[in-house]
Amino acid sequence: MEQQREAGSLGMWVFLLTELMFFGGLFASYIIYRALYLPSFEIGSHLLEVKFGALNTAVLIGSSLTMALAIRSAQVGRRGAQVGFLIATMILGAAFLFFKFTFEWHHDYIEHLVPGFGFVIRPEWGAAGAHVPMFFCFYFFMTGLHALHMIIGLGILTVLTVMAHRGRFNPPYYSPLEVSGLYWHFVDIVWIFLFPLLYLIGGRYIGGGH
Amino acid sequence: MSTATLDVHEVPTGSRVNYLNAQYGVKSWLLTTDHKRIALLYLASITLMFFVGGFFAVLMRLHLIEPQGALVQPETYNKLFTMHGVIMVFFFLVPSIPATLGNFLVPMMIGARDLAFPRLNLLSWYIYIIGAIFTLYAVISGGVDTGWTFYTPYSSSFSHTSVIPTALGVFITGFSSILTGLNFVVTIHKMRAPGLTWFRLPLFIWAIYATSIIFILGTPVIAITLFLLGLERLLHIGIFDPAIGGDPILFQHLFWFYSHPAVYIMILPGMGVMSELITCFSRKRIFGYGFVAFSSLAIAFISFLVWGHHMFVTGQSIYAGLIFSVLSFMVAIPSAVKVFNWTATLYKGSISYDAPMLYALGFIGLFTMGGLTGLFLASLATDVHLNGTYFIVAHFHYIMVGGAVMAYLGGIHFWWPKITGRLYPDGWARFAALVIFVGFNLTFFPQFMLGYLGMPRRYAVYPAEFQVLNVMSSAGASILGIGYLIPLLYLTWSMRYGPTAGPNPWGAKGLEWQTPSPPPTENFEEIPVVTEEAYDYAHTTVTRG
Repeated sequence: MEQQREAGSLGMWVFLLTELMFFGGLFASYIIYRALYLPSFEIGSHLLEVKFGALNTAVLIGSSLTMALAIRSAQVGRRGAQVGFLIATMILGAAFLFFKFTFEWHHDYIEHLVPGFGFVIRPEWGAAGAHVPMFFCFYFFMTGLHALHMIIGLGILTVLTVMAHRGRFNPPYYSPLEVSGLYWHFVDIVWIFLFPLLYLIGGRYIGGGH
Repeated sequence: MSTATLDVHEVPTGSRVNYLNAQYGVKSWLLTTDHKRIALLYLASITLMFFVGGFFAVLMRLHLIEPQGALVQPETYNKLFTMHGVIMVFFFLVPSIPATLGNFLVPMMIGARDLAFPRLNLLSWYIYIIGAIFTLYAVISGGVDTGWTFYTPYSSSFSHTSVIPTALGVFITGFSSILTGLNFVVTIHKMRAPGLTWFRLPLFIWAIYATSIIFILGTPVIAITLFLLGLERLLHIGIFDPAIGGDPILFQHLFWFYSHPAVYIMILPGMGVMSELITCFSRKRIFGYGFVAFSSLAIAFISFLVWGHHMFVTGQSIYAGLIFSVLSFMVAIPSAVKVFNWTATLYKGSISYDAPMLYALGFIGLFTMGGLTGLFLASLATDVHLNGTYFIVAHFHYIMVGGAVMAYLGGIHFWWPKITGRLYPDGWARFAALVIFVGFNLTFFPQFMLGYLGMPRRYAVYPAEFQVLNVMSSAGASILGIGYLIPLLYLTWSMRYGPTAGPNPWGAKGLEWQTPSPPPTENFEEIPVVTEEAYDYAHTTVTRG
């Protein structure tokens, strides 16, 4: 049992290493192109809504807290609290996706900012406009890949909630919770890097707006 | 030979329960979580892919008998070398030793009952199959002509062939590699038998461990790169195509960041097999265990720092080129350490020339030639002359075919009695090894000369003065092709008609030989306790058979 627990935990760390390289290739490409086409990437960044990004950052950090509390509840053997915290984590995760899709992506679509789906290069961007679609390509790909990880995470959380409800976790055995927690925190940390890279850097400050 | 003498104490294969006869039926194979059965599933699938990829190679060599091309249109020729490369690299060489021998042997060599995540292991095979289906679909739907490197912007904006299904197939198969690597790392860390410390591990395990690290760190980068390529092709957003604002050099950087380490994914497991074969058939402990073990890790580490040597002539800065050149020379050091240590192991050994040993000795020679010609290419000035010629083709085939495939076949022959419980006809096996060695050299040595004389690779036609060498190469390819068919026939024959092997026909060391052949489903009746170093041939008089 001990060996199983350790194997699961090591397996997840190794998997996260793979994920790190997966996102890493994307981050590296983004940073290189940002350096090459800084004015275009600044225009693109200014078109994002910092307030939604900030709200979602808060929501996601909150979900990491509830995830950690769910594991803590399993360690001390409180089944009701376990289920409660897991459901809270799911609600926060779902809220993140809701804000992302309805307030941000939908808005971008109406504004013709989705590459490949009727993107319009606006004349006021001038010469820098040519590379604005590239910024949005990276924006949608990076946040989309992140959202995909969130959706998978919600699936895992659903299974965990059912297991917790049936009393499968107790102080000596809670490794599925712990291992899934690692994944959830990783997805959270990816966002912590995405938020400044996409929304914040580039000469704009919160409240500065358009 | 002595192995033909049956051990009278060995119970006939049929009457004992083992992993092959514990369950019957297609379902028991397709839903198995036994690492040994999954290894055989992989063996069957990669053998199929090997012969598909080999078929394209045969067509290419037939075509090149005539300077103007004897067989196909130039467009078709482009598809032939692309499909040959894609299938051989991603669907044969990368999974070859890790997914078959690695899957079978890692738990057996470390005294475990299975891998850490058996169901994940089965999932890896299914992912491989789905990837292979996409790529074979691309073959049927007209093929792809970008070269196995998928260089942009040709692949993303110009090629009218099935780039997307092929890239998707490679992308999907990558996850199979990642999961296999993850499984091996966790298994080697957590499931070693009592007493089996890191420095008592067989060197095959060290090599597989180093390979797994490259799987885990390299493969996700090619995945994301191919995804970006697909996005550019589908949505026409400039990522890699300079005409719409992208940067083709970035694609090459990302591609080779995986694909150079991938070369070591292909050769490192072969080196692991080598250490097992050389020690067993010279009856000696490996010379310099620690050096051989750490050279695997050193190769894995340095392999991530040399990708720029594929790009000396693409316009990267000369200083970057200098550094990549120096780093590429550095990777030769741990590789040479291995070659010297195998050779030193032979010194004063009691050498026997069984079929696996013939492959191993072939490996030493061919790998050394492939490695040394690699240094020509790692030198900035000579690379300008040799880049894009047949010299490169010959160089990497000496590593990939002369090295990796020789080691793979040597390993298959060495562990075949363990896998099937049967012996193959030894005379045929030695004969096939010699045919392959001769055919290989006749195929690829002329290509060194062609490349040096300036014949570019990937062309469907060539000047008439190159015809003699091209015909030699094509003749060699026919011999090589026959050499590969012979083992397919007698190994298949031996599964049913071969004499019973007994648990340890070679008198080899290692935990996998201490259990019956074929092994029971749980590998060991009791988990063994390890008390001695690896390859401790000196302290026991081993009697064979």
